[in-house]
Amino acid sequence: MDTEKHDTTAPSSNRRRFLVGSALSGTVPFLPHEAEARAPLAARPPGDAAPGFALHVNAHVYQVALDPRTTLLDALREHLDLTGVKKGCDHGQCGACTVLVEGRRELSCLSLAASMQGREVTTIEGLATPDGRLHPMQQAFMNHDAFQCGYCTPGQILSAIGCIREGHAGTPVDIREYMSGNLCRCAAYPNIVAAIEQARDQGEG
Amino acid sequence: MRSFQYSRPSSLTAAAGEMGGLLAQDPDAPAAYLAGGTTLLDLMKLDVARPERVIDLSALRGELGHVHPGATELRLGAFARMAEVAAHPGVIADYPVIAQSLALAASAQLRNMASLGGNVLQRTRCSYFRDPSWAACNKRTPGSGCAALGGVNRAHAVLGTSEHCIATYPGDFAQALLALDATLVLAGPQGSRTLPFGSLHQLPAATPHRETTLLPGELITEFVIPARAWTRRSLYLKVRDRESYEFAVASAAVALDLDGDVVREARIALGGVATIPWRAHGAEDALRGLTLTETLAWTAAENAFAAARPQTHNAFKIDLGQAALMRALLQAASLEIRP
Ligand SMILES: Cc1cc2nc3c(=O)[nH]c(=O)nc-3n(C[C@H](O)[C@H](O)[C@H](O)COP(=O)(O)OP(=O)(O)OC[C@H]3O[C@@H](n4cnc5c(N)ncnc54)[C@H](O)[C@@H]3O)c2cc1C
Ligand code: SF4
Ligand code: FES
Ligand code: FES
Repeated sequence: MDTEKHDTTAPSSNRRRFLVGSALSGTVPFLPHEAEARAPLAARPPGDAAPGFALHVNAHVYQVALDPRTTLLDALREHLDLTGVKKGCDHGQCGACTVLVEGRRELSCLSLAASMQGREVTTIEGLATPDGRLHPMQQAFMNHDAFQCGYCTPGQILSAIGCIREGHAGTPVDIREYMSGNLCRCAAYPNIVAAIEQARDQGEG
Repeated sequence: MRSFQYSRPSSLTAAAGEMGGLLAQDPDAPAAYLAGGTTLLDLMKLDVARPERVIDLSALRGELGHVHPGATELRLGAFARMAEVAAHPGVIADYPVIAQSLALAASAQLRNMASLGGNVLQRTRCSYFRDPSWAACNKRTPGSGCAALGGVNRAHAVLGTSEHCIATYPGDFAQALLALDATLVLAGPQGSRTLPFGSLHQLPAATPHRETTLLPGELITEFVIPARAWTRRSLYLKVRDRESYEFAVASAAVALDLDGDVVREARIALGGVATIPWRAHGAEDALRGLTLTETLAWTAAENAFAAARPQTHNAFKIDLGQAALMRALLQAASLEIRP
């Protein structure tokens, strides 16, 4: 494990602790460069240890030391064990990896974890209250059977919350347009639209 | 993805300085700026982009993320998010083609991430370019040939092509900028300058790997869009293979200044059909001074595609592009514009 989790409310004495030893674990090994005619960029320090940084996820601070290549999606799933976020296409084409960044819906597959320094990330694990009460959008998805296999669902729910916050959930037509970034291979679309309308009518977003 | 070094400078000066330092050591330094990442990281995962150094500009959003619609011009910071500009009431009201071109692009998530500067610099969606297992792609590997010429080219361009590359410019926002005569503000290791937006993208000709006239390490910092008599009577019409979350098969950005039914001035740019954002000067000339009827709109549309050269699978883009332009012109003419 190369991460440490801290409650944001806890004293910060050990926040800066991180384990550089396993800095490069869990990601693709360094590949040799093709066409080695070019010397690698001069500024590369010997050893090239990945510097550590803080990831703020679901009101916790995680100190991580990751290969710069690590996407936010891989950091969440492979390093922080937050596997609610799903990898569908890994290329921005399906929405399964949607998370909230500073309250806005974004795709974690096309973000570097390193770019998230100082930004608050919310995943599906961060929606329910600490005593386990579901977020109204989660409840609305249950009420309306807004899924079949469930693979797209965490992304749909976070995207739906963003959609209402942005003010784009006024009509079913708007919901369909502004939720078009979340594909559902099970085609639960009508139920998803109904769930979003329910949550919207409860003033949720 | 290949290994790279990462940095996140906190200001424009620091970012340009960092890039300048790298280029001073090696004019071909394999370094890239990263904004929203939605083009660059995608291409790095595909092994099409192979930077060894990534300079993350996301900290510049505070400095250059502004959206300022004014009476005489609209100023947009290059790091403003697509979504913010698309939803800005002042942009929607007074520069509608700008707001619409952004709102109809990509998905809500991508528009929350992507920057305006990155948007105009996005790379083609040519599937041969995006897949390095195809050896022949002059844009990816200069001199290697073009797999699309004899391949599946339904999505490729009919305007501005060359025997070296027929890849479509995929973006939407660029057509709106071109139609409204936008200017770019640039900054870089060699200093600052301005550039008419129409001079940014280069035809593929014999060098399809060279896509823009930006100098090494140069950054887009701002877009300046003048408010003119035709700016408010403007719109973006986009035709796609599916209703949403899809690139244009054909699109038209149009802006009209009308005196009753007579066209005083017209601005037209086409997307989805050309290798670069495509200004249709001939079609504009065909409209000027005449009464806008269906027949005249069709004449202009035919004019816009007079030089089109279809490939094996994309001749339909000529009909579709003409119909899209004709509809866009008639729709723009029928807009109610408040004084
Ligand atoms: C599934 C999918 C669907 C899409 N659909 C559409 C669509 O329908 N219409 C559309 O228009 N686009 C579409 N896009 C493209 C998307 O809009 C672009 O990827 C995005 O706008 C790029 O912005 P970015 O900030 O993420 O750029 P980045 O990926 O960060 O950068 C792109 C390039 O620009 C350079 N760069 C970035 N900012 C600057 C700057 N200020 N100065 C100089 N260089 C800079 C980078 O070095 C890089 O080479 C789609 C993308 C995806 C993945
Ligand atoms: S059309 Fe251009 S980008 Fe596509 S394969 Fe040919 S050279 Fe490459
Ligand atoms: S996994 Fe990110 S959009 Fe598909
Ligand atoms: S529920 Fe199966 S993909 Fe949406």
